[in-house]
Amino acid sequence: MEAFFLGLAIFLLLNAFLCLYCAFRGPTVVDRILAINIVGTKTLVVLVLLAYVFGRGLFIDVAFVYALLNLIATLAASRFLETGRLEEEWQR
Amino acid sequence: MNVHPVIMAVAVVFTLLGAFFFLVGTVGLLRLPDFFTRTHAATKCDTLGAGSILVGLAIYTGLEFDALKILAIAAFILLTSPTTGHALARAAFRTGLVPWTVERQEESR
Repeated sequence: MEAFFLGLAIFLLLNAFLCLYCAFRGPTVVDRILAINIVGTKTLVVLVLLAYVFGRGLFIDVAFVYALLNLIATLAASRFLETGRLEEEWQR
Repeated sequence: MNVHPVIMAVAVVFTLLGAFFFLVGTVGLLRLPDFFTRTHAATKCDTLGAGSILVGLAIYTGLEFDALKILAIAAFILLTSPTTGHALARAAFRTGLVPWTVERQEESR
């Protein structure tokens, strides 16, 4: 079963490289942010799979932190793109 | 780790389904014509793909604390992936990206 999970992780990494090509291709900024967001989700799943391949439960916690970082990075980038700043009116 | 063969088969089916949805999402990201259609393909297939792979892994783990953590990650992705998709689409629309239509493509020819 570990070999199956490793094969699945390699398949997802190949998909992630295709998404990285999409991020390179563009053509707009939001396309790049979207592609990097998807690379982040794939990395998260690969981390959970590697936790089973190597038998280390710690990787699942790392995947959780990665999910949080992925959300914050994408939201911050889209808000910065939309309003030109990271803070709201009430924060000044 | 001793896992019952039926549970193993269910886990394999779920993970392969998730891998298929990830592949569909990647193909959609590569082939669709503009940003909004790409968001549609990417976030939907991303949510379903990651969700079913994580649910398959949780079934494979059985009744342990790790399974609860994996299900928590799956629920988190189920909440956040549409949120990021919506935020990105709103940012793109408000910064003036016009959606792709067949008429506009035929005009530009």
